Amino acid sequence: MIVVVSILVFLMLVGAVAASIFRDLISAVIAAALVSLFASILFYFLQAPDVAMAEAAIGAALTATIFIIAIRRTERFEE
Amino acid sequence: MRKTIAILLLVIVALGIRLSLAKIPFGTPKTKVGRYYIEKGIEETGAVNIVTSVVVNYRGFDTLGEVTVLFIAAIGLGAVLTASSRGETRKTQPASLVLYTGCRLLFPLILIFGSYIFIHGHLTPGGGFQGGAIVASAFVLIYLGCREKRISEKLSNTLESLGGLIFVVVGLIGLAVGGYFLLNFLPKGQSYLLLSAGIIPVIYIAIGFKVGSELAGIIDKLIEQSK
Repeated sequence: MIVVVSILVFLMLVGAVAASIFRDLISAVIAAALVSLFASILFYFLQAPDVAMAEAAIGAALTATIFIIAIRRTERFEE
Repeated sequence: MRKTIAILLLVIVALGIRLSLAKIPFGTPKTKVGRYYIEKGIEETGAVNIVTSVVVNYRGFDTLGEVTVLFIAAIGLGAVLTASSRGETRKTQPASLVLYTGCRLLFPLILIFGSYIFIHGHLTPGGGFQGGAIVASAFVLIYLGCREKRISEKLSNTLESLGGLIFVVVGLIGLAVGGYFLLNFLPKGQSYLLLSAGIIPVIYIAIGFKVGSELAGIIDKLIEQSK
C-alpha cells in the first residue's frame, strides 16, 4: 500500500516538474493533466472514489481542454 | 531572481501547511459527526452511498448553492464571449481517420457510463457532478474528433434550465409538505434498490443533466470563439 502511494506521489512530482520545465505548452498541459490523473488514482487508493471520479473528469479532461483551447488562440511555444 | 522568490514562497507555504496539519491525527479516530453519518446515514436517508446522502440530503441546500455558482459562471462566460466581437474564422484541418472513428466509437460508451454514474449516485460512488463531468468529457471528445457535429445550443440550454428547475421545485414541494426546504418527502423504499432513498436520485439526475449540459456548453462556447 505505502509502496503504491509512494510511486503515485513520485509520478505526480515528475509530472508537475515536467509541466513547469517544458517550453512546448501543449506538452506542459499534458504533463499537468497527468498530475491530475495520478492524483485521481491516489484518491482511489485512499478510498475516496467519489473524489477520484471528479478529479479524473474535471482535472484531467476538461481543464486540459480549456488550456489547449487557450493555447490555440495564443502561442504554442514559450519565448 | 523571480524564480528564487517563487521557490522560497512555495517552501514557506509548504512548511505552513505541514506545521498546521502536523497536530491533526490522520484517519483515526473519526469525529462525532463523521461517526453519526456512517452509523445512521443509511437508515435515515435510504442512500447506501454515504457521500451522496451527505451531499444531497444533509447539506442539500449547500449543493443548491454550488449548482448556482456553476450556473452563474456559465452565464458570465456566455455573456463575455457573446459580447466580444467574432474573430475571423480560421481554417481547421479535418481530424485523422483514427481519431474520427475512435471518437464515434467511444462517444456513446462514455455517455452511457456518465449516465450510469449519475443515475446510480445513491448506490455506487459518484453522483450528479461526477456523472455530469463525464458526460461533458464525451462531448469534448466529439468536438476534438468530429468538429462538424455540434449539439444544439437550444437543447443544452433547455436541459440546463430544466435541471435547475427540478431541483428547486423538489425542494419547494418539501417546504409545502413538511415545512422545510428539501425535505425527503418521497418514501425511502428498500435500500440497495435503484428506486430508493426518496428524492435523492431525482435531485442527482437533475444535477447530472444540469452539470453535463453546462460544462459541455462552456467548452462549446470556448471552441466556437477560438475558431
